[in-house]
Amino acid sequence: MDFRAFPWRAACGRRKLSTTTDKRVGRNTMKHMSKVALLCAGLALAACTNADRFDDTNTVDLNGAGAGGFAPGSAQDPNSPLYFQQAIGDRVLFAVDQSTLSPAAMGTLDGQAQWLMSNADYTAIIEGHADEQGTREYNLALGARRANSVQEYLVSKGVAPSRLKVVSYGKERPIEICSSEACYAKNRRAVTVISVVPTS
Amino acid sequence: MMRYVLSLLLACFMWAVPVAAQDGPLRIEITEGVIEPMPFAAPDFVSDNAAGAELGRQIANVIAADLAGTGLFREIQPEAFISKITSFSSPVQFADWKAINAQALITGAVSVDDGGKVIVRFRLFDVFAGQELGDGLQLVGTQAGWRRIAHKVADQVYSRITGEAPYFDSRVVFVAETGPKDARQKRLAIMDYDGANVKYLTDSSSIVLAPRFSPNGDRVLYTSYESGFPRIYLLDVGSVQRRVLESQDGTMSFAPRFGPDGQTVVYSLTRGGNTDLYRMDLNTGANTRLTSAPSIETAPSFSPDGSQIVFESDRSGVPQIYVMPAGGGEARRISFGQGRYGTPVWSPRGDLIAFTKQSKGRFHIGVMRTDGSEERLLTASFLDEGPTWAPNGRVIMFTRETQGAQGRASLYTVDITGRNPRQVPTSTGASDPAWSPLQD
Repeated sequence: MDFRAFPWRAACGRRKLSTTTDKRVGRNTMKHMSKVALLCAGLALAACTNADRFDDTNTVDLNGAGAGGFAPGSAQDPNSPLYFQQAIGDRVLFAVDQSTLSPAAMGTLDGQAQWLMSNADYTAIIEGHADEQGTREYNLALGARRANSVQEYLVSKGVAPSRLKVVSYGKERPIEICSSEACYAKNRRAVTVISVVPTS
Repeated sequence: MMRYVLSLLLACFMWAVPVAAQDGPLRIEITEGVIEPMPFAAPDFVSDNAAGAELGRQIANVIAADLAGTGLFREIQPEAFISKITSFSSPVQFADWKAINAQALITGAVSVDDGGKVIVRFRLFDVFAGQELGDGLQLVGTQAGWRRIAHKVADQVYSRITGEAPYFDSRVVFVAETGPKDARQKRLAIMDYDGANVKYLTDSSSIVLAPRFSPNGDRVLYTSYESGFPRIYLLDVGSVQRRVLESQDGTMSFAPRFGPDGQTVVYSLTRGGNTDLYRMDLNTGANTRLTSAPSIETAPSFSPDGSQIVFESDRSGVPQIYVMPAGGGEARRISFGQGRYGTPVWSPRGDLIAFTKQSKGRFHIGVMRTDGSEERLLTASFLDEGPTWAPNGRVIMFTRETQGAQGRASLYTVDITGRNPRQVPTSTGASDPAWSPLQD
């Protein structure tokens, strides 16, 4: 089923745009997006209970085939940014100093590409990061290499280049803060952050 | 240049010789690795009124801190004084200062006029020679600017005794850091070289990185994420007005440095994952590409005469240091040691290149000659990076970040012999220092 046919999607898109500022800083933005997604989910549920607009003829029962219910926009909704983030995986990791994609990374990116292809409303910013073992400016350039590897891979799988932007944060935005390989491994990453196309 | 090489060689043999020994004139050779700092006395500057006396005390304190902070001088505490300086014009009782082994004596007088103008006069004495070193000097400034007057006096003393150009009357632009490691807030700030008079130049709403002064210190180039992407900004220090330098969508620009003409900027531009060096004319906005390699080229720095650029590149596989003509062209690798080399910065004297070296899990600040020879590591820690030169090319300031979840960045200085490592006091975390030229 194609979710994009539902009116709540467009409404959610507009709502998100009006509450998102231009200054997007990785993790905070993701937190923000999660809140917006939940808000959208709430609105969608409210809309779905409105008998004036929806009845059996235009409501798709997503609870069929014993798959278990989920709220549209939730992490269980395969077309939601939350699903992209959590079920598919929004990030890939890199070896020290490297920007080449591991087989595991390619697997994740195949899923990302598929999601982006079937959810054409969305654009994405790919954020490249480095661990703290390196000088600031070199790490900025290294993070850009990583983000670019991801972009090139997604494009090779059919995602329009115009939907993907890249940015590097170098070592400025670690998610793990210890000074050992356990943390460094998680910080050497490229994160695909989903945003909604500013149209409609 | 040659003298420097010789002094350096001599230093190897004269390590244990106290160079301030008292046969001959009052003199410190900085390159000779001083092990016994020269004792000096800086009694409170005298004044004929209470306001001036307080200022006189503060000025003497700052002078003493400047000199002692070099590691080349040692302050004799006022409790040890036998003589008191009560008048600027009375003859100095050299025997009393000799008795406490004060080799240098600094005396001064402060007066504050009705308009609030501060007039400071000072004299420097070679106690053991029983004579004045250089002429007395008078400095005029404002009450708010009293610290600058003190730095100017200390600069005179430092220069007369070491024969080197001074550096105390200078400022540092840096990135003030607050908050935890995974949500760090960064603001551009400026302060005196000794950490006093901090003033913020940006708020903390966007990440800011690696500021650099223009050759006369009136402007600062830096990188900011204000637009969501790294872009280069030009900020006027006086008015705190800033403008973004033009750049294309889909690119990142960072690592900007001024050329010695104050109009040329060399910087890194990333397009399609590849980072190269470009130069921009600030007047026309015209860009010239300087490197075209699939490797990372970043952290450029002009030679003081503007003819060459030293930079960092990983074209060999790991980051190393290269030198090329300022207009681009063939680059020559100059770093060949074990490890990774980055952030090269040309000394204002033109003789040395300071760099960051990463080797065996440690970071070092080091210096090498401009052909890569005579590499010397000056520091070692979990993370030292980003050297910047004092205006006289004798001291280096850099960022040191401590290890672990509570890791914090601070500024340190070290002299080019590797001696006298010191933390620069800052009230917040601090990184990415850039030292200004000497102020007028």
